[in-house]
Amino acid sequence: MATLNMLVAVCLVYVIFLFLIAFAAERAAIQGRGGWLRSPVVYTLSLSIYCTAWTFYGAVGYAARSGLEYLTIYIGPSLVMIGWWWVLRKLVRIGRSQRVTSIADLISSRYGKSNLLAVGVTVLAVVGTTPYIALQLQSVTVSFSVFSDAYEAGLTRDNHESNALLVAAGLALFTIVFGTRNLDVNERHHGVVMAIAVEAVVKLFALTAVGVFVVWGLAGGVSDIFTRIDTSEIGSWEMRGDRWAGLIFLSAAAFLCLPRMFQVMVVENENEGHLRMASWAFPLYLMVMSLFVVPIAVVGLDLMPAGSNPDFFVLTVPLATGNDGLAMLSFIGGFSSATSMVIVAALALSTMVSNHIVMPIWLNVTGGGAVVSGDVRNVVLLSRRISIGAVVTLGYLYYRLSGGGTALASIGLISFTGVAQFLPVLIGGVFWRGATRQGAFAGLTVGFLIWAYSLLLPSFGASMLSADLMANGPFGIGWLRPQAFFGIEGMDPLVHAILWSISLNTLAFYAASLMGFPSPLERLQGAQFVNVYEHSSTPRGWSGNLAQSEDLMIMAQRILGAREAQSLFEREARGQGMAGVLPEPSPEFLQQLERALAGSVGAATAHAMISQTAGGASVSVEDLMAVADETAQMMEHSSQLETKSEELARTARQLRQANDKLTQISEQKDAFLSQVSHELRTPMTSIRAFSEILRDSEMLTAAERGRYCSIIHDEAIRLTRLLDDLLDLSVLENGQVSLNTQTGQLADVLDQALAAALTGSGDAKLQVMRSREAEKLSLTTDLDRLSQVFINLIGNAQKYCDAEHPELKISVAHREGNVLIDFTDNGSGISKEDQAVIFEKFSRAGVQRVSGAGLGLAICREIMTRLGGSVSYLPGQGGAAFRVVMPEELAVAAQ
Amino acid sequence: MGKSVLLIEDEPNIIEAISFILSRDGWAVSTHSNGHDAVGVVQSTQPDLVILDVMLPGKSGYDILREIRGHSDTSGLPVLMLTAKGQVKDREMAERIGASRFMTKPFSNAEVLEVVRELVTE
Repeated sequence: MATLNMLVAVCLVYVIFLFLIAFAAERAAIQGRGGWLRSPVVYTLSLSIYCTAWTFYGAVGYAARSGLEYLTIYIGPSLVMIGWWWVLRKLVRIGRSQRVTSIADLISSRYGKSNLLAVGVTVLAVVGTTPYIALQLQSVTVSFSVFSDAYEAGLTRDNHESNALLVAAGLALFTIVFGTRNLDVNERHHGVVMAIAVEAVVKLFALTAVGVFVVWGLAGGVSDIFTRIDTSEIGSWEMRGDRWAGLIFLSAAAFLCLPRMFQVMVVENENEGHLRMASWAFPLYLMVMSLFVVPIAVVGLDLMPAGSNPDFFVLTVPLATGNDGLAMLSFIGGFSSATSMVIVAALALSTMVSNHIVMPIWLNVTGGGAVVSGDVRNVVLLSRRISIGAVVTLGYLYYRLSGGGTALASIGLISFTGVAQFLPVLIGGVFWRGATRQGAFAGLTVGFLIWAYSLLLPSFGASMLSADLMANGPFGIGWLRPQAFFGIEGMDPLVHAILWSISLNTLAFYAASLMGFPSPLERLQGAQFVNVYEHSSTPRGWSGNLAQSEDLMIMAQRILGAREAQSLFEREARGQGMAGVLPEPSPEFLQQLERALAGSVGAATAHAMISQTAGGASVSVEDLMAVADETAQMMEHSSQLETKSEELARTARQLRQANDKLTQISEQKDAFLSQVSHELRTPMTSIRAFSEILRDSEMLTAAERGRYCSIIHDEAIRLTRLLDDLLDLSVLENGQVSLNTQTGQLADVLDQALAAALTGSGDAKLQVMRSREAEKLSLTTDLDRLSQVFINLIGNAQKYCDAEHPELKISVAHREGNVLIDFTDNGSGISKEDQAVIFEKFSRAGVQRVSGAGLGLAICREIMTRLGGSVSYLPGQGGAAFRVVMPEELAVAAQ
Repeated sequence: MGKSVLLIEDEPNIIEAISFILSRDGWAVSTHSNGHDAVGVVQSTQPDLVILDVMLPGKSGYDILREIRGHSDTSGLPVLMLTAKGQVKDREMAERIGASRFMTKPFSNAEVLEVVRELVTE
């Protein structure tokens, strides 16, 4: 007959047993005999801290209430182990190469070693885990009370509380003793891991024993169990797809993100290869754990009186059937589940609290001086111990304050959802180089706020969020109702919280990452994390690698000289008792070597060289190259962007110019048509008026008749000439003109032009002065076209020269490979404003109204352009002066 | 003594043609051939009608018309505008600033005569 005292005694013995195992494991590890400690079996079993008391006891209750849904909690981690082992492998590799001590450390390290981020993750982890620790304490005390109800009804609640306190204190003590025995750079705790591996076996054995007893002892074997399942509520339970998907995702995420899981999976991992076994063995373990859950639930429902708590069927069914030994074993199994969870959770959280909160504060308070002195180790250990005590105390206080009531029942999934918020930041940080600290902050903040608002606070009932707020939203804002965001109602509250917290968390993380720009350190860390396989093909360590010693030797010889380096290494090797000249690269030796090197190359360089050669969490040359390469690419990219925007600006400018030009051309065309109209209508007016007079008027004298006929005749000729000029200009402007190149004397061309221009000028007496000597030039060009230009210029002088005795001087000169032919008259010249426009079409200057359409100079300019020369107005010559320029290549001086 | 017409036009042949037509009809025609002092001539001669070309050397017919309309003693003077440009916008411009009539060159002699008679009778 088991008594409660016996139960306590068994617990005590069991705890002492755990102490012994842990102690033995630690000793073995220190003495280097711990090969078996590093086996993949131990690693796989240590993962079983995933199965806490909540799983051990609660799964049966879960099955009794919700059918097979409890399986989701096992399916999630199984999927991760089987399908996502490559994520685990990457995490483990990063954990080892970066010497990561916790999930907070990993996240802060990835995002530029931000301590603020580490503090945030730590606080969130504590908030998410404390209720869970409380849950474990509760399960232990409740299981005590189950026994006490059976045997000693007089036991008061105070006894349970004191039990809980006792358990909490014992667990804290265990964790302090084995979690902070020494400071290992890798944060590995062989004793703790060994103890929880043993506990894993105990709880599996206990649950399986109860299961076997229920199936073959109480029921009539497997087939009977199936019959019972079919007739019970469980058999007819409907599966809810949304909850299944949500819970599978949730348990998978929590499996990766729970601080205690991270501790055993990544931090305590000895060898990446262990994942190979764990990837199939751990799902198998979970499968066995879940195998007898439904049978126990079904038989419990049949056997136990209505209203008894199915959460403790694992205990009560053996007790009710008088199997005290089995009940005791079951109790030990539950106790194992609870203790292993609390121990590892406390260990993981205390590492985070100590490293990211206590130590930074302590270093700040005492100043940086203490860092170099030797007592930091003690301070770290002390802070760890205090942190462990604080974490367990927090859990205990939470248990006391929450009253151990129903609020704890759903805490498991709430806690899972809380830590699942690390997932986007964790996965993003490991696979996406663009992830930034800003993004991590944004994602975590958004995720946790939604989690707290939609799941955590409502779980406390009306004391936290009023019924009014739950029903109508804050300030009556309906779409902000904690369990119906954006008005989407009817979702399961848990699925609702998972969906919104994780999706908005991911979105915020992604968006903020894209908006910001990572600092160099973030980029560096990002490169190391994402490309961890390229950077660390073999995990580097401080010990046991003589190849490193050789590298160090080669490097030291280069700097210190062969003799001095060899003697330094030999001395150390003798000191270590090693044969040969190469010592172990112990931290002490590395420091000594660094000091020796610093004497030659300076401290910073020496440190960098040692770090590079001996490994550690330092920056490798490849990393620096990768960052430099990336920077160069980005600079190139931005300079390309600059070039492109310049090109765009240039194109826009050209387009604007083209548009201006087109507008101008269009305006010019309108003006030209208007001018042409005017120039054509004017002579037509005279022709029409006089022809009507001739037709209609009687009594015209013969002289009148003759005069009017000759006016009509002259105006008709004027019209014809205008049309000729227009056509000529059109041909010249369109470049369709074919040049008739001939060779001739300039003097002859001028003679011709003068003769043509001055014929029919009647009484006009234009005196022309020429320099015959200079005109003795042989020209090879279109002489007719050149003559046309001359005729125009001479004609203009004739028409517009307003001197009393008009004179035109034609002079020839040579300058810079050109022949210059100037036509200068002695009139009043052309005003400045008119000079600017006389070469435009229809731009007859001044007030004169002389026959001519105003196309002459425009035609001259076109002709000279075609001939490869130019014609321009020459200001400041007294009268009007035009200069015709011909390139000399075509003008050869006559012999 | 017939009514007086002032013709402001710079094309000699057109001056001669219009002068001939109006003289034969009994009008007293005076002419002026540049834009500079055209307004002064209008004010000093005080004709019964002005025939005004648009394209004039020195000052455009539009500007001259604006000034004629701006002086109180000539603001009601009938003005017949002639232009060889003949685009719609020229007609609109002339009507806007107060031309009594607007004719496009070339015109028929009979039409000019008819318009001149009409404008002076009014």
